[in-house]
Amino acid sequence: MKYTLIAWMRDKPGVLSRVAGMMRRRNFNIDSLQVGHSETPGISRMTFVVDGNERMVDQVIKQLRKLVDVTRVENISEQPIVAREMALIRVSTNAENRSEIVQMVNIYRGEIVDVALDSMIVQIVGSEERVASLIDLLDNFGIIEMVRTGPVAMARGQMEHKYRRSTAVWRAQANGRDATAAERFRTGGV
Amino acid sequence: MVWEALLREGVRVIFGHPGGAILPTYDALAPYEAAGKIHHVLVRHEQCAAHMADGWARATGEVGVCIATSGPGATNLVTGLATAQMDSVPVVAITGQVPTNLLGTDAFQESDVVGVTAPVCKHNYLVTDVNELPLILKEAFYIAREGRPGVVLIDICKDVQNAEGWFRYDFEIDLPGFEPWPQVDMEAVRKAAELINKAERPLVLSGHGVQLAGVGRELLQMVEKAEIPVVTTLLGAGNIPESHPLSLGMGGMHGEAYANRAVQSCDVLIAMGMRFDDRITGRLDAFAKQAKIIHFEVDKAEVGKNVMPDVAVIGDLAETLPALLPLIEERRHQVWLQEIREWKKDTEQTDILNYEVDELIPPFVIRQLWHATHNAKNGPPIIVTDVGQHQMWECQYFTHDHPGQLITSGGLGTMGFALPAAIGAQMAHPDRLVWAVVGDGGFQMTMQELAVIKQEGDLPVKIAIINNGFLGMVRQWQQLFYEKRYVGTPVWSPDFVKLAEAYQIPALAVTKPEQVVPALEQALNTPGPFLIDFRVKEEVNVYPMVAPGAAVDQLIRRPKPAVMQGYSGVQPSW
Repeated sequence: MKYTLIAWMRDKPGVLSRVAGMMRRRNFNIDSLQVGHSETPGISRMTFVVDGNERMVDQVIKQLRKLVDVTRVENISEQPIVAREMALIRVSTNAENRSEIVQMVNIYRGEIVDVALDSMIVQIVGSEERVASLIDLLDNFGIIEMVRTGPVAMARGQMEHKYRRSTAVWRAQANGRDATAAERFRTGGV
Repeated sequence: MVWEALLREGVRVIFGHPGGAILPTYDALAPYEAAGKIHHVLVRHEQCAAHMADGWARATGEVGVCIATSGPGATNLVTGLATAQMDSVPVVAITGQVPTNLLGTDAFQESDVVGVTAPVCKHNYLVTDVNELPLILKEAFYIAREGRPGVVLIDICKDVQNAEGWFRYDFEIDLPGFEPWPQVDMEAVRKAAELINKAERPLVLSGHGVQLAGVGRELLQMVEKAEIPVVTTLLGAGNIPESHPLSLGMGGMHGEAYANRAVQSCDVLIAMGMRFDDRITGRLDAFAKQAKIIHFEVDKAEVGKNVMPDVAVIGDLAETLPALLPLIEERRHQVWLQEIREWKKDTEQTDILNYEVDELIPPFVIRQLWHATHNAKNGPPIIVTDVGQHQMWECQYFTHDHPGQLITSGGLGTMGFALPAAIGAQMAHPDRLVWAVVGDGGFQMTMQELAVIKQEGDLPVKIAIINNGFLGMVRQWQQLFYEKRYVGTPVWSPDFVKLAEAYQIPALAVTKPEQVVPALEQALNTPGPFLIDFRVKEEVNVYPMVAPGAAVDQLIRRPKPAVMQGYSGVQPSW
């Protein structure tokens, strides 16, 4: 089964290699991994999709939490989530099939971001299945080049850890200013 | 800056080897060494610097510190660091690195030390800015020491070592991602107590964590109160005195049959500060199936890694065990203990020491070593063993009555560990008796450190070489599982007595049983170091043995001595 995990970590040199190294060393399978900034300066957010059983995922989470730079890990597989990924696809075209492709891309609510005489670049954002399904379609015309980001994910609904903020953050807000990065950092950012 | 930080962490001795990229740090050591504040021990190989820091840390419970230069110096450290990390020993390693502007250029003596050591460290740092250095040093000691201890490496670029900066050390440690002491769940403690109180055949399986948390006494109180027998892991030796009637000694691959049988027949297994290593569990799916398992552990990741417990009590044993103690009812388990005593009788019958043997066999040597040393002045002797057959014999035939008395490489099983670790332990406790028990194979891996014994002013380390002309444990496996094809296991050794003489260390060779006691006496009466080369019978096996991949009660038992002469004595389990 596939599991979606989110990890927050200090944005330090080498942190990605620490995470990747731990995964390789413990023989865990990463399906996809996506890193970017989070809402807190100095904290990166990583979305993993790992393939395995419950016990393995439990170990992945615990071992991630053991890494000093990782501040928080959550398993959102059981929750309702929004997971999206983006792909850029360069598909070969000619005068006859160009409009057909454009139609298809429109049905998928994708975008044509670049057009050349013999090809164009299609951008699609959506769930993994939708991206995969458009790719299958476009494959009939010949895909020259493609890049997929892998999914990023967020749990739906109200965020319970909103209330986990440190007193420093509340105090700052009471004084009519935003909390500094250091103040937010103290509780792990969120 | 480094030295000021080390002083504030209470470091008195460091083990290391200088080189180009760490020279500025060594240069800055001069005033501290002259003032007698920090003493530097020059090793002959960096691996041994890590082992010595390891031995120091195990003997004192403080953080051991080792230091090496960039490139080869740092990569040589790796084995020693991995050894310490696997056995949860707090060690901080400091290495030099090429200047910042040369990083990544394959400069002379450059290696990616942070990358190389990351898998064998709890955490590591590359320092490229002098202003970060004090905080990193403080964090490093904090991470190494707190929670489940481990190794932290700090790789410092040479230009950072040369740079000047303000030193301050009053930082508050702020590591949101580091949770060394998880909150104790009292509900879990209550559940554990309930299970223990209901048990008819309870058993404690205790590991290194008991020593790290320093709760040997509380453990003894608990097991005496409820009359629970105790099996230990290799590193848990001496958690409760092994001469105590409730102690069953070591379990696992070379544990006594009654200890393993107890594990396989108990109804509640109380695992304390141990991680269900494959050497203790044997085949996992056949391990203590009948039992409810309670796991006391500080490292959450160890819970459910190998064995899924019924109750997990996460938290510091120094907190959870005292909390558990009042909840345990006074109980007597005479039926259960009587059963174990019956099994024990069977083992005593086959014990090789109960038969007259006129050849020099290792169990006899170890037993005599115990007789000669267990009443030593200045506290119980510290025995440091290497890895292999002699390590297991030491465990079986030396009665460890004090926690921390045995120092050995358990998790990683590093040959060559004994001599340097013994030096580290001796530096930590100059008055106590330290014996390195080592095989002829392992000794030759690090015997160059004999020079350190001399250079540090005749450290009184006593060395017992169990010399059987083979890499004994590997040979045993070849005999049992590879039809006696002894490939690569016969070891030619130099004359260790002459070797010791070359290092100006008094030494003796022993070939007959009757020479053992006088030799040990001579070693103990000689001030300073002493080496005894016990030339023991060659092909003797460690029994009982659980074949790798077998369940722990599927043992190869000790053959009767008559069978032993022919060495073909593979007997079925009970």
